[in-house]
Amino acid sequence: MEVLKIATAGSVDDGKSTLIGRLLYDTKSLTDDKLEAIEKTSKQKGYDYLDFSLATDGLVAEREQGITIDVAHIYFSTPNKSYIIADTPGHVEYTRNMVTGASTSQAAIILIDARKGVIEQTNRHFFINNLLRIKDVIVAINKMDLVDYSEERYNEIKADFEKLMSKRDYQDQKITFIPVSALKGDNVVNRSEKMTWYKGQTLLEHFEGLDRKDIYNVGTPRFPVQYVIRPKTEEFHDFRGFAGKVYGGELSVGDEVVVLPSMTKSKIKDIYFYDKKYKTATRRSSVTITLEDEINVSRGDMLVKAGDLPTIDKQFTATVSWMDSQNLTVGSKYVVQHGVNKVLAKVENIHHKINPDYSGIDTSITSLGMNDIAQVTFRLNKPIFYDSFKNHRTNGSFILIDNQSNTTAGVGFIN
Amino acid sequence: MSIVESELETVVDVSGSNELEVLNNNALENEAIYILREVAAQFEKPVLLFSGGKDSITLVRLAQKAFFPAKIPFPLMHIDTGHNFPETIAFRDKLVKELGVELIVRKVQDSIDQGKVVEETGKYSSRNMLQTTTLLDAIEEFKFDACIGGARRDEEKARAKERIFSVRDDFGQWDEKNQRPELFDMLNGQIELGQNVRVFPISNWTELDVWSYIQKEEIEIPSIYFAHKRKIFLRDGFIWSAEDDVVFRSEDEKVEERMVRFRTVGDMSCTSAVLSHADTIEKVVGEIRESKISERGARIDDKRSEAAMEKRKQQGYF
Repeated sequence: MEVLKIATAGSVDDGKSTLIGRLLYDTKSLTDDKLEAIEKTSKQKGYDYLDFSLATDGLVAEREQGITIDVAHIYFSTPNKSYIIADTPGHVEYTRNMVTGASTSQAAIILIDARKGVIEQTNRHFFINNLLRIKDVIVAINKMDLVDYSEERYNEIKADFEKLMSKRDYQDQKITFIPVSALKGDNVVNRSEKMTWYKGQTLLEHFEGLDRKDIYNVGTPRFPVQYVIRPKTEEFHDFRGFAGKVYGGELSVGDEVVVLPSMTKSKIKDIYFYDKKYKTATRRSSVTITLEDEINVSRGDMLVKAGDLPTIDKQFTATVSWMDSQNLTVGSKYVVQHGVNKVLAKVENIHHKINPDYSGIDTSITSLGMNDIAQVTFRLNKPIFYDSFKNHRTNGSFILIDNQSNTTAGVGFIN
Repeated sequence: MSIVESELETVVDVSGSNELEVLNNNALENEAIYILREVAAQFEKPVLLFSGGKDSITLVRLAQKAFFPAKIPFPLMHIDTGHNFPETIAFRDKLVKELGVELIVRKVQDSIDQGKVVEETGKYSSRNMLQTTTLLDAIEEFKFDACIGGARRDEEKARAKERIFSVRDDFGQWDEKNQRPELFDMLNGQIELGQNVRVFPISNWTELDVWSYIQKEEIEIPSIYFAHKRKIFLRDGFIWSAEDDVVFRSEDEKVEERMVRFRTVGDMSCTSAVLSHADTIEKVVGEIRESKISERGARIDDKRSEAAMEKRKQQGYF
């Protein structure tokens, strides 16, 4: 079964939770007991409609404040696909959650309130989806019921948004506009009877129709070694298997590979998945690889195809999205976790801050605070083997770990 | 986690080699195996929490796959409420023997006997809450730094926000406002001494995903998951087992015999049954597909209040 993960973004009161609730309701994904709980609570609160947002706002604090404050995952399926929605909050102060949700998604929904149109928040949501190189983006113009389902208003907002699109860095991003009313159910799952002027697909129809080529960029194969399997049993006495996940492309038995950082060459002998051998390890499969030659490979090393080497360097510049309350400053040290490889890093230079609303850059800054996005150069104690994020989403990204608090303090996208 | 970035169906050219099959990619399975390998690599003393339920049985199969041809490189631990379905215990012992892995059992009864917890009384009494103390004591006793569990985000609203690597402090507490962001595939397992991490490799699976996997992999599960004749009684619209002493039943609650099966196998005193004729895995999967009542709807402990699960989790419950 195909799985599609969708990131959602919207401002407070754009009706994001209602939209998700509507998707669940119209795909008959809400079970009787959940529906009953929603009806009960809506009635208690004195609403004259069903408050679908109750289906998604998980934490007590959120219910008290009536807003979503963290990334929640919601699951539903059609006979065609399984869907995971990463419900990310739209507050200014929660850029980090939006980046987090988008990092694991292949598609995104940006919500706009038809009464308010494109606002500063919209710019931010678009910026982040573009920064994270999400290939398929839906701009859902919501609350159409409150603007009399006006085609004119829809076109106005669409034109405003198109102005933003010329500013984006990643142009290979498909953007689709859909006028919806999440509350009334127009163009979410079912076609709207009120907006016959709209001839496009509904939200769900769009996602159902997405093909793999619409959401993935094909790169080159990279195999970071997670774990070395040495059974030391009679049957598998000399077995040395390298366990990991294949990213970006395929690896096959007989492929000539180079082990990084030792630069030792060998050939792929066998590819195991559980107790069976396969000829090819497909993208994103968690396999175990054995090599023709007995060479020393450990966690954090990487197998790549000969003639297809990544950059091997002790220094790089990246766009960093900062997520910690402790500021990032020049000279401070962090652990860089690049895939499964960890090295120590020192902040060499902070070049400039990028305003995530397309209002330009700020060169006067000396440190990064929570939710800041900036260009930063790092120096490492050991070389890593990377691609630019533009060419390889997995091998071009890393996280920064604070060695004192152990928390994940930021994420970076290598230039 | 980026499970979904997998290529989901694959056609591999196997021309000329009869022994090599097509590697049929399951995105959720690949993700779970990746997570289990990260646990083995990043932690010194991991343990797999095994309840005998379908989710932990699925985890065991995934761990076998992750480390083949080596044995699973961590022990299993069962926090025994003493209120298990007898079928579950028999099943557990057989499985452990086949796998050749170590099984640790720690009993809630011992925590009660030592006066660390007090047994609940009354109509809705259960040992579900008491498990937490026994679990935390066991983590301390063995100095476990990672506990792998079969919880899924689709089970309950508060679980939907749980991370794959969820850091707990010395008191086993979950601070939902201070969770580490999880980006792309990267899992940060760095912790301080005394802290531990709860790991949820099947976070992104739904109940149907688990059942479909059990069917496809032909994984053996305890018999109570299939429809069988059982003496039961009704209370609050739920079906309770009348065959087991630990389930409180008052005189006026009438016993009848029906065909039932269980959707979860928690503490018997808080696990209700559903009427069913699904006596094979195919029929169970079919039933789940059609089902209109979510799985935790059959777990009484969540009904106590809207925020029941979140409160239990803050106190260290799994």
